[in-house]
Amino acid sequence: MNGHDTTGPSPAGGAPAETSAPSLVKPDLRHASAPAAVVADTAAEAEAAAATAASAEADGDALVRVTGLKVHFPVTQGALVARKVGAVRAVDGLDFAIRRGETLGLVGESGSGKSTTGRAIARLLEPTGGKVEFDGRDITHLSARSMRPLRRDIQMIFQDPYTSLNPRHTVGSIIAAPLKIVGDLSGDALRARVRELLELVGLSPEHLNRYPHEFSGGQRQRIGIARALATDPKLVIADEPVSALDVSVRAQVVNLLGDLQSELGLTYLFIAHDLSVVRHISDRVAVMYLGTIVEMADRAGMYEHPLHPYTHALLSAVPVPDPAKQHRRERILLRGDPPTPLNPPAACRFNPRCWKAEDVCRTVEPPLVEIQPGHQVACHFPEERELV
Amino acid sequence: MTTEPESAVAADSAGATAAKENQPYLDVRDLRVTFRTDDGDVHAVNGLSFGLERGRTLGIVGESGSGKSAASLAVMGLQRGRRTTVSGEIWLDGENLVTASAERVRSLRGREMAMIFQDPLSAMHPYFKVGDQIIEAYRVHHDVSKKAAKTRAVELLDRVGIPDARRRVDSYPHEFSGGMRQRAMIAMALSCDPSLLIADEPTTALDVTVQAQILDLLNDLQKEFNSAIIIITHDLGVVAEIADEVLVMYAGNAVEHGGVQEIFSAPQHPYTWGLLSSITRLDRTRADRLRAVPGNPPSLIAVPAGCPFHPRCQYADLAGPATRTERPTLETVAPGHRVACHLPAEARVRIFREEVAPSL
Repeated sequence: MNGHDTTGPSPAGGAPAETSAPSLVKPDLRHASAPAAVVADTAAEAEAAAATAASAEADGDALVRVTGLKVHFPVTQGALVARKVGAVRAVDGLDFAIRRGETLGLVGESGSGKSTTGRAIARLLEPTGGKVEFDGRDITHLSARSMRPLRRDIQMIFQDPYTSLNPRHTVGSIIAAPLKIVGDLSGDALRARVRELLELVGLSPEHLNRYPHEFSGGQRQRIGIARALATDPKLVIADEPVSALDVSVRAQVVNLLGDLQSELGLTYLFIAHDLSVVRHISDRVAVMYLGTIVEMADRAGMYEHPLHPYTHALLSAVPVPDPAKQHRRERILLRGDPPTPLNPPAACRFNPRCWKAEDVCRTVEPPLVEIQPGHQVACHFPEERELV
Repeated sequence: MTTEPESAVAADSAGATAAKENQPYLDVRDLRVTFRTDDGDVHAVNGLSFGLERGRTLGIVGESGSGKSAASLAVMGLQRGRRTTVSGEIWLDGENLVTASAERVRSLRGREMAMIFQDPLSAMHPYFKVGDQIIEAYRVHHDVSKKAAKTRAVELLDRVGIPDARRRVDSYPHEFSGGMRQRAMIAMALSCDPSLLIADEPTTALDVTVQAQILDLLNDLQKEFNSAIIIITHDLGVVAEIADEVLVMYAGNAVEHGGVQEIFSAPQHPYTWGLLSSITRLDRTRADRLRAVPGNPPSLIAVPAGCPFHPRCQYADLAGPATRTERPTLETVAPGHRVACHLPAEARVRIFREEVAPSL
């Protein structure tokens, strides 16, 4: 569990380098949350409020605003009477906004809670705590019925083009399904709209009556995209939309997503573990670790001036397709696997694997604070480092 | 690891050097793998030739259906179904595996050559303890007691970086995380100190931080055992990181083969350009639109006549009529660099320099 396999060796940047760093983060926030380790919940909420207040101005035109979002899954034991013995804290206190028309990239390793975050925003899951606002409206606990009119505005694209399309339905009926549910089109108008959507994603309208198995992976992903766009959504949540695709097809779909965004003014939440795709497609990027955001910045800030040790480790682990450069690059090897969100480490969740961890990291949870304009980081010892 | 396996390897390679004259350790010549199906013959590998020395790592890249896995399974002798024909020559340390008996190939598999698969969860038996599976593999090739084999298993798990190996040896595969399972499979593959290790997408299912650990491990092991490694992947970053040479496959054949430096800095085949242009990069922000290779890879039942890449090649018109009728052969363009393309050599160099490289 927590702390099996610990800290990796520290190739560079040992302790002395950080002497000046703490002052960067010191502002009142940290003191305000000092007892956080004990009363985590209230402190986290207080931080949340403070952080939102701080970034409210920047995110003035937010389509989605998430405050203190938590999604916990109960772990039960007992055959007849299920007894709750713990909780998987998949998402544990997130604050961020998605601005209209932007692409926010959400990256992290498996188990970091990035998919759960996407599902909570799409309200495919009900959050355990916190608040999700969409277009100015609180949708955190809306019932399925009251959520229905909003569904047309929030759509998802899934990773696996093989399992996300019903094999027994034709492409035409798959794409028409959301339109029928929303119910403003029928008959010829409906068919015309489906043809239009097929063309929009680069498929031939004649393919209307074919079944998913007649298409390649890339074409199926296009069908999934057409379905997501059918109701003219404002927000598209794409969960690893290109991970299952081959290199050349992946590039085609990445291009398509970009074209559609500029054509239709879409807002994307782009969830992926591939940091290079995220760099290409995102305006801003958030890095998640064990259910929390550890760093958030615009694209240039994240890739050129990353501040959090975990971001450093992630970036340095991705090999670049340039042998000479790759062999020169500094590598940070993290030991072990990420601990489980069932029992995350206290205070800073990254501390057992972090080469910079000191006592404060094990006792005080670092809040996500803006230390440069538009660049937030949750670390007691943030430090700029060039890694790509 | 004790010194005993190392000296065994040393003795081994000494014997090998004596036996071969100028033939690389692994020498594949005109390999063809065909599957008979109801829809027609699938030409999964169509005349592939390459060589690989010990101590070197070859990266095979290509999209799904390019024949990279089919070729490596053929090398391992795992391609012997009733509907499969394997022809050509596969020389491993001076012995032709295509004509060797199944019994002989079986005795080499696991000992001389081993394979690491993409998905360790389906490659390991869920009912048996990890240690027992390694012990079984080891005892097939070595006449030792269970106890000695278990000691070896613990040693191997420890070598691949599984913490607390003495206890973990009695765990079941599901009790391991993805990265640990992949390590356990590497331990199993290494149990008999193979001289040839084939890794088919060994890190595709893993997180990047774990991928970095596994690639590091493969590197260390190669230094230690002087094995030849073939790594099959679609991730050009992984290739840049670990490979000494690169083989680019398209529609069952090699279209380009060269040192890792040349393939990345002076590639000559339009398909290689396409692959390099279509990837997103961590180290720079690219233009808004990627230069994707248009279309899809061809069906291996009806491979296009002439150069199989010509229907997707934007330079096909410059290559003359032969590109539609004649399959280009791999020609050496520089020492250790071979390309199969009808474009004139000067045109390839010029196009790459002027049109492709600036947008990479």
